[in-house]
Parts: sequence; structure tokens; C-alpha cells
Amino acid sequence: MEDKKHTNQQELICIRCPIGCRMTVTHNQDGSLQVAGNSCKRGEEYAKKELTDPTRIVTSTVRIKGRSNQVLPVKTKEDIPKGKIRACMEDLKQIEVVAPISIGDVILADVAGTGVEIVATKHIK
Amino acid sequence: MNQQVDIAIIGGGPAGLAAAVAAHSAGIDNLIIIERDEELGGILNQCIHNGFGLHTFKEELTGPEYAARYVEQIETLQIPYLLRTIAVDISVHGDRKAVMVMNKEKGLFTIEAKAVILAMGCRERSRGALNIPGYRPAGVYSAGTAQRYVNMEGRMPGREVVILGSGDIGLIMARRMTLEGANVKMVAELLPYSGGLKRNIVQCLEDYNIPLKLNHTVIDIDGKERVKGVTVAKVDENRKPISGSEEYVSCDTLLLSCGLIPENELSVGLGVKLNPITAGPIVDESLTTNVEGVFACGNVLHVHDLVDYVSKEAESAGTHAAAYIKGEKKAEDKTIEIAYTGGIRYTVPSAIHIENMEQNQVIRFRVDNIYRDVELTVRIGDTTFIKQKKKIMAPSEMEQVIIKKAKLLEIPNPEQIIITISKEGI
Repeated sequence: MEDKKHTNQQELICIRCPIGCRMTVTHNQDGSLQVAGNSCKRGEEYAKKELTDPTRIVTSTVRIKGRSNQVLPVKTKEDIPKGKIRACMEDLKQIEVVAPISIGDVILADVAGTGVEIVATKHIK
Repeated sequence: MNQQVDIAIIGGGPAGLAAAVAAHSAGIDNLIIIERDEELGGILNQCIHNGFGLHTFKEELTGPEYAARYVEQIETLQIPYLLRTIAVDISVHGDRKAVMVMNKEKGLFTIEAKAVILAMGCRERSRGALNIPGYRPAGVYSAGTAQRYVNMEGRMPGREVVILGSGDIGLIMARRMTLEGANVKMVAELLPYSGGLKRNIVQCLEDYNIPLKLNHTVIDIDGKERVKGVTVAKVDENRKPISGSEEYVSCDTLLLSCGLIPENELSVGLGVKLNPITAGPIVDESLTTNVEGVFACGNVLHVHDLVDYVSKEAESAGTHAAAYIKGEKKAEDKTIEIAYTGGIRYTVPSAIHIENMEQNQVIRFRVDNIYRDVELTVRIGDTTFIKQKKKIMAPSEMEQVIIKKAKLLEIPNPEQIIITISKEGI
């Protein structure tokens, strides 16, 4: 995403479909956003969300007690704010789970104060 | 007496699993999956990121979750499988195929199968194949190897990283290494465009301010015991390094994401003919190779981008293998070649037998460049089957067209199916 400094415009590429429309978003005086360059509504929605409240799903791994050669893959159950990714990774570092684990098991109820759960994505015997 | 099965499936990754389930659904229960790793699931076990299954399950799953959906079916249907067992040779043995396998418990032994489904997947292009000069220091890994270390074994391959290749594996690892505390200094890409999804450019590189250097490559690796740095250079339109553009980048790790190659050593040993463009077997509409009773699907046939397509293709292979066992294949008379022009690199299948084709026969293909605002045409003689406007087509996005058998049967003496891409009106 490019910031044109000293202007009220930003450029970004849409990721909602393979076309990858290059969009330009204008910040109006009244605080609203104007999206140009999109080919569909999904692009407009994506641009607005990405510039006001960018969120991401985070996928990573956590340690398993007693296993030095195996880790458990996990994910945030929903999107979390992009700015919380670092804090999320710090929280995951503190965790050590105990096998067995099933897909969907809640590993952490609220990661980095987002209210979002961390869940297991693999069965571990 | 060797173990006798109807179908032996080589590989328990997404292709092998889907093929097994489909063959079982079609009535074959004397089958066996041969898997060399500790568990079923194949490459999906290390692909802990999400984006899998949007087509198949209408959900975005991580790799292990997608694999689990199929492993559950394998367990429920009680389909037999061998783990930590590697197939070392396949040969024709009368009217069966002899699959020689090896594991710790039984040593070397043979399984005789009426039909074999090749589902071995692919390997990554190595540093040797890329001819990057230098000593052989520790710290040079394929991106997939690094992915396995990090995501399955919990090991960090290094801390200061340069990645060569901007395909999805390289992009995903740029993010993964960064999240685990590494400093990913850049992703260098030989071509003028990235082979990865836009989503990954944004969420793996832009999110973490990792520079993407298009038209660049690594021309030297510095370090004797351990990587100390690499030399990166810009390349010209012939992909040759431009003198004077060299830049030394200190690092302790080089990850290579420079292409996937179907793993067909077993196929070649069996006498299966490969398509030099895909490096995978040449197959017909039933995904049968030139060796009767030998089918191929998934990445071993041609490298896919979406696991959903792998599952569909493997389902087809499993169904056809079952039909072969049951003697349902009709005697073939007419073969129609699939020809292509104007920017298409290859098609799978390469030819169709009308009698045995599916009601809705899928032909998958890739283009050789990025094309915008073009027309995709499929015709036989003067009959146009498909005419589609396409806003964008890219080498990194496998495409497919569907030929209806009923419509094909209406054409007298069909010779070739011709697939073309052209600018509108030309």
C-alpha cells in the first residue's frame, strides 16, 4: 500500500479475486472514503476495511510438552487487528500444550486482548 | 505369496487420499495407500496457513484441517494404509503391477496390484539445479524444507534471511520466518512479475515491509561453514545478470523457492511417458498413462495451485481406476488429440477417447504469460464449444474448461480439440 504523503490519497491492490484491481482511495474532508479503480463492490468493501480497520487471521505453532521434535499448528479463530499480530505471537510463545489435542481445541481463550480464541488446527496423538 | 490388492495408491497426500476415497465409493475396498512419512496428509501437514478448501468445503481451512477431512474418511471407511513405507520400484508383472516397497518392520517386500494410482506429489528445484556458485555452507534450504522445520519440528533454520523466488511458498515463508523472529531482508524474483497470489504479496511482504526485488537473482553464496551473505544482481530481458548491478546482502540463510518438479522416478522406471512441459505423465481422459492400469493425479501429474483441484482430479482418477478394475472401460476406437495455440503451455489430458470420456470432461491447462482482456476459445473443426472473455489469465493460476460429451458426439469425425487464447476479434 502506498501513501502519497501530503495528499489525501492512498493506493492499494485488491486481493478479493485474481484480477487484482489497482484502487485509489481518497480521504474526504468529512472523514468518508471514496474508492476508485475497483471493478466490483467487494473491492470497495475491501479497500474501506483495509484502510480503516485492517485485520488478519494469524496462523502459527505452539510447543508441545515433552516433545522436542513436534509443534502444534494453531490459528486465530477469527481475524484480529493487524496491529495486534506481534502481541499475538508473544502470547503464543508462552504456551505449552499437552497431548493429545484435537482440531478445534481452544488453546488460548483471548489472545492479546482481542477477545479472539486460539484454536488447534491439527490432531496430535 | 505377495500381498495382492486391486488398487495400490502411491502417496497419502491430498491426491492419494481423495483417490482412495473415490475408489472405495465406487466399490473397491481391496486397496492400499503407501505413504513414506510418519502420517497421512502429505504436504498439507506443513502448510499451516489458511486458504484451503474454499471450493471443496466452502470454508477457508488450514492445510492440516483440510487433510483431516480426508483422513477421517479413510479411517471411517477403514481403507488400509502403510506409513513410513516407501515405494522403491514399480514394474509390470504379467497382468498386474509389482510395487516393491520398503519399511523398517518388513524390510523389502512386494505388493501386487491390478491398478496403480501415482500420487507422489512433487519436489522443489534445488540449489544444484539452479547452478548458484559458492561453497556448500550450512544455511541453504529450499523454502519447503524450512517450512517443515518451522511448522512441524519447531526449529528455526536461521535468523537473517534472503529468499529467492516469489512463488507462494517463498512468500508464505517470508511471513512465517518474520513472525518467528527472523529478519527477512528481501525476496528476489527472476521474472518481472511474481508467481504468487496478490493476497500473499500484501499479507506476507507488504504487511512486514519486506522488499520484493523483481528482475533479480542470486548469483553467488558467500560462506564456507555457514552462509555469510549472498550477492544479488538485476537481470536483463534475457534473464542474464547485469554487470555493475551486483549487491552484497549479508545473511545467514538463503531460502530457495524456484519451482516445483513432479516426482516421477517411479513412473519412469515403470515405462510411463512424461510430458516434458509438465514433467508429469501424459494421460488421457481417464487419467491413465501409457501403461495400462496406471493412473496419475495431483502434483505428480502437473503442479497445482489449489488443493481443491487436486482433490477433484484425484477423485476422477480413483473413480476411473475402479471402473478399470470392474472392467467397465469401453473398447476405445477414436482418439481425439487436444491441441493448443496462442499462449497455452500445456493441457491435461493430452487426448480424449470419446467412448470413455465423462459427461462433463474437464480439461485443465496453464498459460505461459500474464494475459489481460483476452478470449478463450475451444473448438473442434468449425464448431465452437466454448467462447469466454477473460479479464485476466496468469501462469500461476491453473485454468479449466469443460467439454460436454453429448455435444462432442454430435460432431461427425472430430479430429482435434483446439484450445486458443486470442485478443478479441483477432
